[in-house]
Amino acid sequence: MASAASRGAKIGYAVRSYANLAPYVFFALFPFYFMLVTSFKSNAELYNLKSIPFWIQTGVITEHYRFLFARTEFLVWMKNTLMVSVVATAVSVGLSILAGYSLARLRFRGAAIFGIAVFITYLVPPTLLFLPLSQVVVWLGISDSIVALMVTYPTFLVPFSTWLLMGYFRTIPREVEECALVDGATRMQTLWKIVLPMSVPGIICALLFSFTFCWNEFIYGLTFISQSAHKTAVVGVTADLIRGDIYYWGSLMAGAVLASVPIVVCYVLFLDYYVSGLTAGAVKG
Amino acid sequence: MAVGPHALEATSFPGPGRFARIRQWWEQEHVFGYGLILPALALLVSLVAFPFGMAIYFSLSDYWVGSPGSFVGLANYREILGNETFRQTVQNSFVFTGIALTFKTVLGVWLAVLLARDLRFKRLIRGAVLLPFVIPTALSTLGWWWMFDSLYSVVNWTAIHLGLIRPPGPNWLGQSAYAMAAVIVVNVWRGLPFFAVTTLAGLVSIPREYYEAAEVDGAGSWSRFWHVTLPLVKPVLAVVILFSTIFTFSDFNIVWVLTRGGPVNTTHLFATLAYQTGLQGGNLGQGAAMSLFMLPLLAMVVFFQLRYIRKE
Repeated sequence: MASAASRGAKIGYAVRSYANLAPYVFFALFPFYFMLVTSFKSNAELYNLKSIPFWIQTGVITEHYRFLFARTEFLVWMKNTLMVSVVATAVSVGLSILAGYSLARLRFRGAAIFGIAVFITYLVPPTLLFLPLSQVVVWLGISDSIVALMVTYPTFLVPFSTWLLMGYFRTIPREVEECALVDGATRMQTLWKIVLPMSVPGIICALLFSFTFCWNEFIYGLTFISQSAHKTAVVGVTADLIRGDIYYWGSLMAGAVLASVPIVVCYVLFLDYYVSGLTAGAVKG
Repeated sequence: MAVGPHALEATSFPGPGRFARIRQWWEQEHVFGYGLILPALALLVSLVAFPFGMAIYFSLSDYWVGSPGSFVGLANYREILGNETFRQTVQNSFVFTGIALTFKTVLGVWLAVLLARDLRFKRLIRGAVLLPFVIPTALSTLGWWWMFDSLYSVVNWTAIHLGLIRPPGPNWLGQSAYAMAAVIVVNVWRGLPFFAVTTLAGLVSIPREYYEAAEVDGAGSWSRFWHVTLPLVKPVLAVVILFSTIFTFSDFNIVWVLTRGGPVNTTHLFATLAYQTGLQGGNLGQGAAMSLFMLPLLAMVVFFQLRYIRKE
């Protein structure tokens, strides 16, 4: 009897938990579902006030996607974003590995102050710097090119990755490195051959987050680039797909869906890294 | 002297004696330490600290795009403070940040408690609720824009068919109170996962015995939450709230895509107004001054964050 009652209580608990979670999951996913549905719906149905908006009644169409490839520079935008993201991520994580290791492990005068400086720059929002940076970019002669983004994205990636990796390097036992040094390895060899292989999860995390931040970046891309052919996907879709007439929602949603695909793929493959990185980046130090 | 990590290879050509000396010098802990941090530091000084200084200089000059201006002291600040749009923006920013943070905190903690439960499909649910944080905000906001469309809004369609409102329903982005509500909803939608997942990390580190002890003492589930969970999760929550304050207060993407600060400036935040004034209007001096008004609050947050880190 007792066990049946406790099993009943357990089931009740689970049911209540799922019932509480359902609105959250719905709230989180519905906008994406709706964007997807819109992108495959014919204009006749989209703009018919009598039709039900939640699903497709008159057949799935791919016209909105074909429009993207045939009539816009969508593929160029994707290529630009990929190039910017790969270069900025590689440079930033490279610099951050060096700086993070130095701040986490090596004792030298001012290390603590450098650590605080990195943390403060981590908290400086890009919206505080975009105006002066737009002039710096002009002075460097790289305005209106993707180089401007490759140069400026590290300003928010390096503080974040350094902070993340500092936390990670601290979890590696010091003895391992000391052994290597005693055995005659140089400090660079120790970092390269001992510490880095042990830090692979942390480095993957930094790479993933940096890549995601680059791909999603909006205000610098909007500010520093004006030619459509040099835009990133997020900026191109947001700024250049809106046409004069009102019947652009299908292709706009198609662009938004397609430009999110690379991030969704990364996310599905590396979900656990995203979760741990989010926590470590904000909370640990 | 700039010494990169490649100094070793570059200087390995001269005789062995010299090489050994350079190597010995480079192997010193402090030299190596400075060497590794130098590239990152150079980047942050030239592209964060220097531009920050420039922003301050801009705000004190009548600098326009394409025409470097002269020093005008606090004229920009004085002008801005007398500006009706700017005062509206200050009010908007605090309303937006205050309401959005409250919702994110309350809903986020509750979501974290739910996610911490031992349920089937836990990982899948976690993955689903975290999605809004990962997808490019500007793009998902386009989806919300469509959902708040003046004619085809799916929100209104649903509410009308459920009999909750009379047709045609509110024009979400065209009426100021509704527009502010819409912008807040999207911000909460995007920021909620960050709150939930980070709070969750704090929750799972609470030892089970505490709950068992509370249960023995006859504490109900609400009382357990109030007297065990909340006090123990407070330090983590404080950090998350501080973080989120910065990124909510300085938000640009959502407002820019959804309303461009309209209708009649009632959803402008510091960043969007600074963009409109400094870049679209070309008045870099005033734009910089506007964005610098975010600084006192940001500085306060940084101060509390640093205090927390020191304590750790």
